[in-house]
Amino acid sequence: MSAAGGILVVGGGIAGQAVCEEVRRRDADVPLTMVCGESTAPYDRVRLSHLLAGEANAEELTLRPDDWYADRGVELVLGREVVALDPEAGVCELDDGRELHFERAALCTGSDPLLPPLPGIDLPGVHAFRTPEDCAAIAAGTADARRAVVIGGGLLGLEAAYGLVQHGVHVAVVHLVDRLMERQLDAAAAALLLPAIEALGVRVLLERQTTELCAEADGRVTAVRFADGTEEQADLVVVSIGIRPRVELARDAGLEVARGIVVDDALQTSHERVVAVGECAEHRSVVHGIVAPIHEQTAVAAETLLGARDAVYTGSIPSAKLKVMGIDLVTAGAAEGARAVVAADDAAGTYRKVILDSDGRAAGAVLLGDTRGHELLTDLVKRGEAVEDALALLVEASAATPADLPDAAQVCNCNGVCKGEILDAVRVDGCASGREVMARTRAGTGCGSCRSTVLDLVALATGGASEEPAYLCPCRQQTREQLAALVRERELSSVSELTGACGAGRDCGACKPGLAYLVSEVAANRHREERHARYINDRVHANIQNDGTFSVIPRIRGGVTTPQELRRIADVAERHEVPMVKITGGQRIDLLGIRKEALPQVWEELGMPSGHAYAKAVRTVKTCVGTDFCRFGLGDAIGVGIELERRMEGLYTPAKVKSAVTGCPRNCAEAYVKDIGLVAIEGGWEIYVGGAAGSRVRKGDLLTTVESGEQAIELALTFLQHYREQGDYLERTYDYVERVGLDAIRAAVLAEEGGEPARLRERFAIAKAAADPDPWLERHDPVHPKQFAELDTEPEPLTPIDAVLVGPPTGGAR
Amino acid sequence: MSALADGAWVAIGRAADVPLWEGRRVTVAGRRVAIFRTEDGLHAVSADCPHAGGPLQDGLVADGCVTCPLHGRRFDLRSGDWIGGADDGLTVYEVHERAGELHLRLP
Repeated sequence: MSAAGGILVVGGGIAGQAVCEEVRRRDADVPLTMVCGESTAPYDRVRLSHLLAGEANAEELTLRPDDWYADRGVELVLGREVVALDPEAGVCELDDGRELHFERAALCTGSDPLLPPLPGIDLPGVHAFRTPEDCAAIAAGTADARRAVVIGGGLLGLEAAYGLVQHGVHVAVVHLVDRLMERQLDAAAAALLLPAIEALGVRVLLERQTTELCAEADGRVTAVRFADGTEEQADLVVVSIGIRPRVELARDAGLEVARGIVVDDALQTSHERVVAVGECAEHRSVVHGIVAPIHEQTAVAAETLLGARDAVYTGSIPSAKLKVMGIDLVTAGAAEGARAVVAADDAAGTYRKVILDSDGRAAGAVLLGDTRGHELLTDLVKRGEAVEDALALLVEASAATPADLPDAAQVCNCNGVCKGEILDAVRVDGCASGREVMARTRAGTGCGSCRSTVLDLVALATGGASEEPAYLCPCRQQTREQLAALVRERELSSVSELTGACGAGRDCGACKPGLAYLVSEVAANRHREERHARYINDRVHANIQNDGTFSVIPRIRGGVTTPQELRRIADVAERHEVPMVKITGGQRIDLLGIRKEALPQVWEELGMPSGHAYAKAVRTVKTCVGTDFCRFGLGDAIGVGIELERRMEGLYTPAKVKSAVTGCPRNCAEAYVKDIGLVAIEGGWEIYVGGAAGSRVRKGDLLTTVESGEQAIELALTFLQHYREQGDYLERTYDYVERVGLDAIRAAVLAEEGGEPARLRERFAIAKAAADPDPWLERHDPVHPKQFAELDTEPEPLTPIDAVLVGPPTGGAR
Repeated sequence: MSALADGAWVAIGRAADVPLWEGRRVTVAGRRVAIFRTEDGLHAVSADCPHAGGPLQDGLVADGCVTCPLHGRRFDLRSGDWIGGADDGLTVYEVHERAGELHLRLP
């Protein structure tokens, strides 16, 4: 398809993508072609710092999946540059010589990083911070770098510094002027930001004019030299001092160019067929280098492209959020003005300021350390609302909830989504959950800083309780998905490496067992085990009791035992004077009240494998007597139950997994209320998942019915692996099934034609092969000499069962 | 009153027996004391959780704090304070390592 008569979008950044979306929203049919210089579909540049900090992977940054373009008839030309544009003829030339014809064109050529013409700027080890390739190069550079210097103490420079700190590099930020982020902050706010940045481990050098980048004989950068003659050692330098609009194509096409491509209030360039949007455009002498104005521009540009002449863009109020974990900073508009009201707490490091112009209208807001009500204040500033009592406004904003926002207030600045659109997604489009609303509107999918507001609004619209994103590490606001991606991408094999990579687990530590599970699951049990990240139960393989003693439950598959086994258990209980012996709810035998030091010897004398009754793991498979003895039995519950337990024992899971196999629908083994329940029926087996009989009682959902016990086991294991991979830590199957819905589970577990069930079974087999079938064998080879003892106690010496039965040698006798 | 004059250093065991980010208990003169090793070094606090007597040496350690394995109460290992709570905290003891041996000072 040539673009004859259609719209040509030059550039595949956020602006180009936004133009495509806005045009398609208004006109489903006009031919639309987007030419992207990069070889990938448009991605979210705003989240680059997340990429560098290891909080996202490159794929997650993609704005739309590939089929989005196909579905909407947008022709995507990837990896090609437009080398010449003839607006009068309506034709452009690509770098492969191809010509594309257009009726109208949108220039979204973006900007290049501004690299000062300093000696040494092109040395190896000196990077811009602009593209995923830059991020990858910087991240690779951190492997053998010890000291990094970031030139530029603006928003992006600070985000780059934060990313570098996450890589364990010593970082210094050098900045030309006397305060950080001088474009967005006044002196007082900058003075409070400084210690917060330093607390990240970043040194800040203000009023340093870089004059040269120095190199050693091997040609790599070694230091940054300043105008005052001082130097800062650096084996990695990141330059982030601003942007330079890409205007060459427009200039060669004869369009008017100043700093950027000059556009009028309709976003039209000096030629009526061509508009320009985003960082390449200069409107009323302003070039915006941030994302929010792009969305305000594209709405008007799309109208202009489709022939309207009445849409008007009058400029944007810049707003900014610093995306550095642990530092809350939001600014809008001017940082200084005719009048200002400030509420600051030096000790707490909070600073809240509203700026008014000479007419008493809101002109700016700076919120540091405490950003409550920032949507409300940003909205007032954008609308230039008159403010009667600025002090009262600050107080009101502190108490403002998302419910107080006007519908037009922009909630997601990355994707330009306002409150009304989020409410409509629920009320008009019928979205029921935060995930659905975010997928539909894209609110909250950019930098993610507005996500809690989006969820509050969804709760407001649905009348439900507010949903929290399920953070695996709440301190660092990291979800299981983000952390799993990090483990995969960097091939991390231990909790310590994961903590080093992103900080998760470093603060309260409550998530360490969850991280330990995650690492083991992603690495298919080929991880490096670290016991400090495990609960005491998993350090000593027994369940801690209220008096600090432990319970011991050996593996008795299917609950089927023998007289000899019972006799042995009874003897152990007697010899060790076990305070209580009890049959558990899962048909196993529990020896309660065992001291930590006695655990190895008790296990030795039992000579049975661990029943894993202490772990977030596959627990017992409860059975009824099935066809063995029961008059009503329809299926071999014991045989299938023992086999099911054997096939999945030893595997850890997000939360405990209780199972049962029952021989008929009378349900004596209570399979309807287990995480996994198999029920024999006339001619087959039913597989139930997500049942519960705990603090909540829930009948499991019928996954499907199959003919044989072996098929039922296969499906149970396929479901188990799906849950192992997708369940949030401590999320039982009954919560998981309700969260994702049975349809999604069926699609993953039953749809053989898609191949996913086969892949799940393969990953299950790999994980099972590497799982530790019996951690009680650590009695012979403890991971630490005092694994089963205190500082001043010793584990009971391990005496083989034969010697125990013969008894200790009596004095002197042989 | 001079703090230096009070108490005596008591050898309590081998330093290598307390792994990083784990704890082990020792009983000295009737007092149960939990010894922990963190990235900052060694810490010693009373071993019984004031809430329900939980064995703090078996808790999870992170950020200079221990979380009781029974009900999740969290204490600062440097100050003994109960994080986020008003009740009693833990008794903090001085502990140091010399030539591979741990020494505890009883108040």
